[in-house]
Amino acid sequence: MPETKNTTPENMEIFLKGVWKDNPVFVMLLGMCPVLAVTNSVINAIVMGVATTAVLILSNFLVSSLRNFIPKQVRIATYILIIATFVTVADYAIKAVSLEVHKSLGAFISLIVVNCIILGRAESFASKNSVGKSVLDALGMGAGFTIAVLALGIVREVLGNGTFLGYSLFGEHFQPLVIMILPGGAFFVLGAYLLFFNWLKERKEKQASIETSAI
Amino acid sequence: MVTEQYWFIFLNAALINNFVLSSFLGICPFLGVSGKVETATRMGAAVAFVMFIASLAAYGIHNLLILIDAQFLQLISYIVVIASTVQLVEMIIKKFSPALFKALGIFLPLITTNCAILGLALFQTNRSYDFFQSISFALGAGLGFTIALVIMAGIREELQLSQVPNVVKGAALTLMVAGILSMAFMGFAGLGGN
Repeated sequence: MPETKNTTPENMEIFLKGVWKDNPVFVMLLGMCPVLAVTNSVINAIVMGVATTAVLILSNFLVSSLRNFIPKQVRIATYILIIATFVTVADYAIKAVSLEVHKSLGAFISLIVVNCIILGRAESFASKNSVGKSVLDALGMGAGFTIAVLALGIVREVLGNGTFLGYSLFGEHFQPLVIMILPGGAFFVLGAYLLFFNWLKERKEKQASIETSAI
Repeated sequence: MVTEQYWFIFLNAALINNFVLSSFLGICPFLGVSGKVETATRMGAAVAFVMFIASLAAYGIHNLLILIDAQFLQLISYIVVIASTVQLVEMIIKKFSPALFKALGIFLPLITTNCAILGLALFQTNRSYDFFQSISFALGAGLGFTIALVIMAGIREELQLSQVPNVVKGAALTLMVAGILSMAFMGFAGLGGN
């Protein structure tokens, strides 16, 4: 939508697009595996969000700066190699900072390689735009992804364990909804979020149609 | 005793810790190609085949990397092998069944970025399975993926005939169904008798 809000600069729009309008998780349904798998606690969600954002920024930066040198036929393979390199870096970095978190995330850090968001952004944005814009796009998409995993992580940890970042919230009489921590809970919470966004969208459309019919 | 162990790894990957419903690997094709039972079955078979090859390759690569002491190359080499295997499968399917090739569409090359396959390779390395354990793990995972995909496709075919409120249509409904399926698969937890 180019005509929305002429006052916001173009760059801001690129950033906000990733956060809200084209949110990679809630709107485009990309990168589902980590979203569902590591959101059983808030700390896991934060680490996952930050690691993915970092890889996204670095790979978008490199892909964008090399975009005129990469031959078209081998571009996907090249992108995957670039991404795999940065993911390996992130993997070792997390291991160095906190062995505990690394253990609880397990193979899912390495699996950032196959997160469709990163390859998707490299292919559809970074390969066609300038370095600055690509980094902004990566920041926006990364923020959108982090918000989404946090949104799931908070609901699942608070309801499923009665804690927030490990601190007890409700006292001892709270009966945790164990299902929220279990795999099934991940599907339910994400489903509920999607329901909410569908409802918002439908309401907005209804209002728009009422407005146009009034005119 | 030893055969029992292989059987357990197989069963574990296929049902108890089903790749899709309890480890969340391969969710993209699970949501994307689970519209029809027939496509789902074939997609499952294609993924299972790639899994099998990738598992063998990963086993070899892992030992090679230990030999030359370059484990940091693990991720990169795995993904390259998987990408080339997918390319191979794509060529085979295109040659023998152009109709299926069309039906799978974009999801065929996307097997490369299917976390189930890379996840399988990484898990078997992390758990240091030996050669035959890796094979039974890969076969179990492939079967588990296919089962989940086909069950989902069956449910979604039925859902097309029922009346669903507009708000719930699409991915939200699929996720809810997946949640219930995942709960159902938890019932296998006692299987294998550990």
